[in-house]
Amino acid sequence: MSPLANYAEQFAATATAGGAEGPAWLPALRQRAFDRFHALGFPTTRNEDWHFTSVTPIAERRFKTLKPAPTALTGADVAPFLIDPSWHRLVFVNGQFEPGLSQFAGLPAEVHVSTLAEALRERPEWVQAHLGSLAAFDDAAFTALNTAFVQDGVVVHVPVEETVDTPLHILHVIDAQAQGAAIHPRLLVVADRASAITVVEQFVELGASEHLVNAVAEIVVADGARVAHYKLQREGSAAYHVGTVQATQGRDAAFHSFSFAEGAALSRTNIYTKLHGVNGEARLNGLYLIDGNQHADHQTFVEHIAEACASRELYKGILDGSSHGVFNGKVYVDPEAQKTDGKQTNKALLLSEQARVDTKPQLEIFADDVKCTHGATVGRLDAMPLFYLKSRGISAENAKALLTYAFAAEVLETIEVDTLRLELERAVFARFTHTALE
Amino acid sequence: MLTITNLHASAGDKEILKGISLTINAGEVHAIMGPNGSGKSTLAQVIAGHPGYEVTAGTIEYLGQDLLELEAEERAQAGVFLAFQYPIEIPGVTNAYFLRAAYNEIRKAHGQPELDPIEFLDVMEEKLKVVEMDASMMQRSVNAGFSGGEKKRNEILQMAVLAPKLAVLDETDSGLDIDALRIVAEGVNKLKRPDNATIVVTHYQRLLNYIVPDHVHVLAGGRIIKSGGKELALELEAKGYDWLLEPVGA
Ligand SMILES: Nc1ncnc2c1ncn2[C@@H]1O[C@H](COP(=O)(O)OP(=O)(O)O)[C@@H](O)[C@H]1O
Ligand SMILES: [Mg+2]
Repeated sequence: MSPLANYAEQFAATATAGGAEGPAWLPALRQRAFDRFHALGFPTTRNEDWHFTSVTPIAERRFKTLKPAPTALTGADVAPFLIDPSWHRLVFVNGQFEPGLSQFAGLPAEVHVSTLAEALRERPEWVQAHLGSLAAFDDAAFTALNTAFVQDGVVVHVPVEETVDTPLHILHVIDAQAQGAAIHPRLLVVADRASAITVVEQFVELGASEHLVNAVAEIVVADGARVAHYKLQREGSAAYHVGTVQATQGRDAAFHSFSFAEGAALSRTNIYTKLHGVNGEARLNGLYLIDGNQHADHQTFVEHIAEACASRELYKGILDGSSHGVFNGKVYVDPEAQKTDGKQTNKALLLSEQARVDTKPQLEIFADDVKCTHGATVGRLDAMPLFYLKSRGISAENAKALLTYAFAAEVLETIEVDTLRLELERAVFARFTHTALE
Repeated sequence: MLTITNLHASAGDKEILKGISLTINAGEVHAIMGPNGSGKSTLAQVIAGHPGYEVTAGTIEYLGQDLLELEAEERAQAGVFLAFQYPIEIPGVTNAYFLRAAYNEIRKAHGQPELDPIEFLDVMEEKLKVVEMDASMMQRSVNAGFSGGEKKRNEILQMAVLAPKLAVLDETDSGLDIDALRIVAEGVNKLKRPDNATIVVTHYQRLLNYIVPDHVHVLAGGRIIKSGGKELALELEAKGYDWLLEPVGA
């Protein structure tokens, strides 16, 4: 069976087995999305956006839709992944919501947080107005696939001037039950005028499986609102992960995104934002750490549509073994977007001879009164800091480890959630130095 | 303690040190002076084991060992310390972590137990006093965003913590105001013991008012062109280097 025939069969089966549930518009949306996916097919490396990343391994694996099944996982199993147990959290196992492992009752009453399934029951018109409004699938096969197969996810609505103080943690645990499965989580965040929220979306693996996570997040940051979105992709080494985050920003709106990626055999992370209102601020930072035969691809796209917006990007990668990293940072500045202030920095550190990285900054600037810079470096550890550490008695091996951590620390420092920053600093420190950071 | 014999060193194709011989005994302070570009830092870095310089001839014997056979970290573990002319910034690694890591690796090399962060605090507190540095500096990244004077003091702090047998101070005085200079010099003097030695590289005599040398050497064009007692420094201060640089008989 061809990869596409596999998904057609899966889609037909899902449609009969409850896929037609929910409001009437939903099956129609799914159908449109599926048709689009079928027409597009999986992207090939002839597609400019996928030039350095072949998804043939994903297509060939003909992942199946997972039948809902109760999980055996307990609170103790997921405890290691609760970055801060005091956070509000929704836990999904293999894409299925687990109310017993979740805890988000303490949110302000005005703030709506629920699963997508519940929101489809409780406020179908509202969901209809937003779902798919940002994550267009005309040219995006994986987004189309997600939309066609979407089962559950999280819906967040923060009303005007409301601030959610503690981060909202969305934890996706994938376990051995997901062997051979495709999981299509969805996230929708609508932050109304002058509201604020931080969302931490985390993908982890408990017990290895070869599966596909194909996630889509849509984030509306209205005038004066602030949304921080942290994505932690810490899947197992046999996993395949594709994720798209699509944001839109109003006037004076701030969107801060951070992508941490260290898992999966092959991963592709898209972080896109459109600055639609004047004075908006976008900050897209990220760190990826890969080894062995891992492949990690990041694509960012910042569209400056309105005037006087600022965008800042800092992406770093540390590559070992025969791993392959890709960074494609696209910036578009509309003719209307005068006084745009954009800065993009991309740095990769190669720890081995076989590791390689492809970086492609892409600036399309159609306004004349703008300040846009980009810089990319690919290299090895500098000789002078190494010598400095060694001249203090630190062994070559430890000096390298310490400087590798230091390379990552520059971007981890930008994480504004203290407990999360510490968690990642500790993890990265231990990864390279094999000792604990105190 | 240290015997340098006919040392030649180059960077790339360029020969910088052209036959240096120097003997330093335990308990001594040697000053190395000389114009800019004469090779003072190169000599200091070669002693510390900088991989960017190639020793093309000559030997360095340190406490009975062939120093040139040792890696930079092995030299440090054997008690060699270089206070860099331009200390390196390492954003992302705190001073506290860096110092403890260095301290513990040196202890480990001597078969001594490592100190945990709490135990190390005591060591730190005492040494911070020597250089009159605030404890808050320990939580900052190594040299990152430090002023010129703070960087130099941080070098002396490292020296105080690591307690070397042979300390080479490369222009530790340059860029320091008089107070900082006094603190740095006092730090060096306090650390002086009969079984260690210090090489003070400077091109001002100023520092030598505080750290009194037993021997003064003038380095020019990669060679030691004159050696003498501490009065040589005063003479250089008064007359400059030119009288030494003029070819004999010209
Ligand atoms: N790594 C290097 N590569 C090339 N030239 C160097 C290098 N290091 C030093 N030099 C040159 O060697 C000479 C001596 O430099 P240095 O030892 O720094 O002098 P000093 O410390 O006495 O001012 C200078 O001409 C300098 O430019
Ligand atoms: Mg010098």
